[in-house]
Amino acid sequence: MASPMRIRAAAKDGVTEVRVLMSHVMETGQRKDSSGAVIPAHFITELTAKHNDRLVLAAEFGPSVSTNPYLAFKFAGGAKGDKLVVSWVDNKGDSRSDEVQIA
Amino acid sequence: MNPQRRDTLKAGGGLGVLGLFAAAGLIKPEMAQAAWNKTAFEAKNMEAAFAAFSAGKPAESADVVITAPDIAENGAVVPVGVVSKLPATEQIVIMIEKNPNMVAASFTLPEGTVADVQTRVKMGQTSDVYAMVKADGKFYMARKEVKVTLGGCGG
Repeated sequence: MASPMRIRAAAKDGVTEVRVLMSHVMETGQRKDSSGAVIPAHFITELTAKHNDRLVLAAEFGPSVSTNPYLAFKFAGGAKGDKLVVSWVDNKGDSRSDEVQIA
Repeated sequence: MNPQRRDTLKAGGGLGVLGLFAAAGLIKPEMAQAAWNKTAFEAKNMEAAFAAFSAGKPAESADVVITAPDIAENGAVVPVGVVSKLPATEQIVIMIEKNPNMVAASFTLPEGTVADVQTRVKMGQTSDVYAMVKADGKFYMARKEVKVTLGGCGG
């Protein structure tokens, strides 16, 4: 289904900085195709990030978020080699979950 | 080849498969989106959006800082960052006043997560970008106007 996310997570001075680039059309439901038919909305609605099974960020998106959404955030804690999992669900029930090791 | 026919077929096929899944109970949209704040994301004006978060009238605060360009040449990709210096910030919401769906994103920050998020949003036209922050049970906000250059040629 959807392509993998690109996730970068780097720990520095006790704070882990995470940057995520998702691959998603983020269709608003406002646009029309060449024949004038409305392109149905298709966008990520929920996203979670977990550091070793501890929730560090929960986000809800609307269709106003750009195509191939980018997200950056920071959390306290996290060490090199720890596991970070980012997952999303979209309005059509598709989902994707990717895991990285904190660098 | 008639592109319209292609699209129709595709749409029909897609619906069919989804319908089957739904019938088999594999996809339960109402469950998948149980937590998603539908009211907020479908709000058509700022009052309704604030109400959907039970925010009432958030106070403007200098401790909420929006990082966004003054002029965005491409409205499809506008980088927006929000930093809150308020203690115990638990939620950050980004709203674009003149978009058909004003609420762009809502972030819930558990303890330990820094109140500093960045993302990219779409903007249909020049508009105020709002950042609403919930800190220690109270709501605050900041706003910043972002001009969107139409035409896409940077002129």
